Amino acid sequence: MSTPSEPVMPPRITPPAEEPRVEGAALAVEKLNAWFGSNHVVKDISISFPKHHVTALIGPSGCGKSTFIRCLNRMHEVVPGARVSGSVLLEGDNIYAEGVDPVRIRRRIGMVFQKPNPFPTMSIYDNVAAGLRLNGTNRVSVLDAAVEEGLHLAALWDEVKDKLRAPGTSLSGGQQQRLCIARALAVKPEILLMDEPCSALDPIATGKIEELIYQLRERYTVGIVTHNMQQAARVSSFTGFLLMGELVEFGATGKIFTNPKDSRTEAYITGRFG
Amino acid sequence: MRSSRSRSGNWGDRLFGGASLGFALLILVLVAVLVGELAWNSRLALRAFGPAFLWSQNWDPVQELFGALPFIYGTLATSVVALLISIPLGLGTAIFLVELAPPRVSETISFLVELLAAIPSVIYGLVGLFVVVPWVRTAFCPSVSAALGWIPIFQASPYGVGIFTAGIILAVMIVPFITTVSREVLLMVPRSQREAALALGATHWEMVSTAILPYARSGIAGSIFLALARALGETMAVTMVIGNRPEIRASLFEPGYTMAAVLANEFSEATSDLHLHALIEIGLVLFVITIIVNGLARLLLLKLGRTTEGRS
Repeated sequence: MSTPSEPVMPPRITPPAEEPRVEGAALAVEKLNAWFGSNHVVKDISISFPKHHVTALIGPSGCGKSTFIRCLNRMHEVVPGARVSGSVLLEGDNIYAEGVDPVRIRRRIGMVFQKPNPFPTMSIYDNVAAGLRLNGTNRVSVLDAAVEEGLHLAALWDEVKDKLRAPGTSLSGGQQQRLCIARALAVKPEILLMDEPCSALDPIATGKIEELIYQLRERYTVGIVTHNMQQAARVSSFTGFLLMGELVEFGATGKIFTNPKDSRTEAYITGRFG
Repeated sequence: MRSSRSRSGNWGDRLFGGASLGFALLILVLVAVLVGELAWNSRLALRAFGPAFLWSQNWDPVQELFGALPFIYGTLATSVVALLISIPLGLGTAIFLVELAPPRVSETISFLVELLAAIPSVIYGLVGLFVVVPWVRTAFCPSVSAALGWIPIFQASPYGVGIFTAGIILAVMIVPFITTVSREVLLMVPRSQREAALALGATHWEMVSTAILPYARSGIAGSIFLALARALGETMAVTMVIGNRPEIRASLFEPGYTMAAVLANEFSEATSDLHLHALIEIGLVLFVITIIVNGLARLLLLKLGRTTEGRS
């Protein structure tokens, strides 16, 4: 231990001190409740995701933040015994209204999961093209362009452009996660939801993905769930703090981290519990 | 003390290792003895007919002329017909059980499907004889050959017993293998794969076809080969419905014969040594064909498995 090496740190992105400018909500949640069987995990949450901003949801493990974000593109209901009430307005239309096809909602609201989950039998190219093919796009020129754009957006193009036919699982964990982001972006969603996208990754890969998330806000509305408070501070403009299934506090990220109103938020961000 | 303990541990390890090795070798020795026995007991036929045994179509015990081709054809043709019917049936059932059926229904049907595998094959033969044969003779064969009779394999035949009927019975017998194994494999597809497809806006069927089936493909292929191995060797039920005529006809509705069936039928009645040796050579050929099919299956599994390597 004679030569202490520089610790590898993700890039620091300090949230702006002043209130971010908001041009309307991309997604407005009203009184959302969610259950697993009789277990009430999300309680009466109302929140709105401002357009072209990154909104982070933080909270200790088991606070319902993952369940909550999965309600936003109707992924919660794919688990047996799961139930939802309340409304989520996407451009003014309730995605839980009767007769709304969840498949169409999921095509407009993309999602990236905790663990990278590329399709193991598909090449890098086919992984990114998978969503488009599901939408019925089969023209090679269209697919080529969309795959390249998706990989560019996910900052993966330079690393994989010479091996697009290699299996998606031949990439490293961080690259696989960016491949999954490319796959989600290739179908041109309006909103991108991310459920702890870095929790299975090392600090360097985490740093790359955080930088990517920060840049994505220029084109997309991003919702991210994380248990890493520094990450929320680095990438988001708005932050909500969840505890025991309830939304304790929501506001501009700068404010939440420097001057929280609720004592529980303060206790959490100063590391006194969680 | 430490050394004594480690020595005794070593002794136990050695005993365990030796015993395991012994049992493993015993299997190899058994297989070798089996091949040797079959070859030795078919030496007269091997000497008399040489490799031509494999492609000669003559099977005439009276004139002591023996050729195995009709039996090889019968075994392969019935197995192919059985697979063509049972793959969609078995795989479709497995997908239904895993993806669509409510848990109670799924459990009940799984149990019933597994029960199919426990029915003795002579019962299948009886059902075949009393139900399937008349149905093929009076209903299925006439209507199919009326529509598709211009294709040689669907030419009309008045018998009811035949390659196709045997294939139907075999198909029902091997469906449980495909369904049970495929169901286990489909259940093992991780939730993250299903969610990956759903989050891209896949419908239920698109999720099955883009995420689940490709992920499970090597296991599904394995289930099919298990079923094929069973179909190649099935004896009793096939013997009862195939017609037992050692000839190759174009139409699948014509009677045929399989290797296992001719062994079962003629072994106890073979009077001449050459006849007996020819029958045992058929057993040897069946054994070799089974090994070749299994070897090809292994190769295919390896090839399929390679793309799924390194999945997280």
